[in-house]
Amino acid sequence: MAFIDYYKILGLDKQASEKEIKAAYRKMARKYHPDLNPNDPEANKKFQQINEANEVLSDTEKRKKYDKYGENWQHGEEHEKYAQQQRAQNSNSYSGFGGGHAQGFEDYGDFNGGGDFSDFFNSMFGGGARSSSKQTKFRGQDLNAELKLNLRDITVAQKQTLTVNGKSIRLTIPTGVENGQTIKISGHGSPGVNGGPAGDLYITFNIPVDQEFKRDGANLYQNVQLDLYTAILGGEVTVNTLSGKVKIKVSPGTQNGTIVKLKGKGLPFYKQENQFGDLLVTYQVLVPTQLTDKQKELFTELSKLK
Amino acid sequence: MTATGLIAANEFCTYHRVEFRFIDSLSEAGLLETRIVEREIFIPETELQKLEKMIRLHQELEINLAGIEAITHLLQRMEALQDEIRIMRNRLSRFEE
Repeated sequence: MAFIDYYKILGLDKQASEKEIKAAYRKMARKYHPDLNPNDPEANKKFQQINEANEVLSDTEKRKKYDKYGENWQHGEEHEKYAQQQRAQNSNSYSGFGGGHAQGFEDYGDFNGGGDFSDFFNSMFGGGARSSSKQTKFRGQDLNAELKLNLRDITVAQKQTLTVNGKSIRLTIPTGVENGQTIKISGHGSPGVNGGPAGDLYITFNIPVDQEFKRDGANLYQNVQLDLYTAILGGEVTVNTLSGKVKIKVSPGTQNGTIVKLKGKGLPFYKQENQFGDLLVTYQVLVPTQLTDKQKELFTELSKLK
Repeated sequence: MTATGLIAANEFCTYHRVEFRFIDSLSEAGLLETRIVEREIFIPETELQKLEKMIRLHQELEINLAGIEAITHLLQRMEALQDEIRIMRNRLSRFEE
């Protein structure tokens, strides 16, 4: 567990006044507040650090303790106990002088509340210790999760149960979601601090590039190989679609690169389960490379007929 | 008084400790939709999330109404641009092997 320099986080020196701390906190909070940086985990993390630094430095007692032990915070409690014992002994020995006043860390025992504070903070000030005098409400941290889907998954609205931070969340994935699209589930992020509202859960969909189909919105693109003879004479070709195989007629004299549109055989539009884009099939005419003697003879004959 | 899908503005203000004037100003600035039912002002549930966000900006960051207005517009623009980038990226991937 590393020492955290709260002054550095707020860009202050150790002599900073209360006013300067408040001003620095406000300035940084305005920059990194989760509401101003939606779906930005780095900003959320930074905001958490700023909050923690402010929690310590804006509280006179906590700041005093933090300043006193600094990087030796791990031994702070031991030092304090030792000092108390010393003061108690001195008090007994020199009772005529009124004795010492021992004030230990137990003073922080009243603090309660939770929050996403660092291990360093919890170790120094107790689990989630907060100033009871301020009770500022803070919104909980936003959480981010990624859900991997394939093209077939998004053709119908799906109900899925996700487990995020030990909690099960039932979620309906709308049809036609895009790769990289993020949906927000309000109130399912980290709990708020001091009764503040919970953060939100952001789920980003990861839909890897499909081997067979390329996607542009609700339209799908597919390359289909066509042998030379079918391209010249016409015929039928079987094409894979997301809803199964489809036979399509090939017109005689079909050129390489011809695009055929299969209406409604693409993906459903976003949140519109019954409206589909198209599948655009591009023919790639295959020219035979290894001809038999007979084939060569026939092609030569054909070429003479031009 | 309650109505389906609507929250009385007065109750909302008491719960969130905000002055009604603040809600009224947001509504006047076109940042919040309110409804009047039998002379009482209500906030549609669909506006709650947006309103609570604006209250947080006001209370936690001491941002005034003009600032909230500017931020709301910029965030909307940012979201629209992020969506556009995502769509362009996906479109580009069609041409990548």
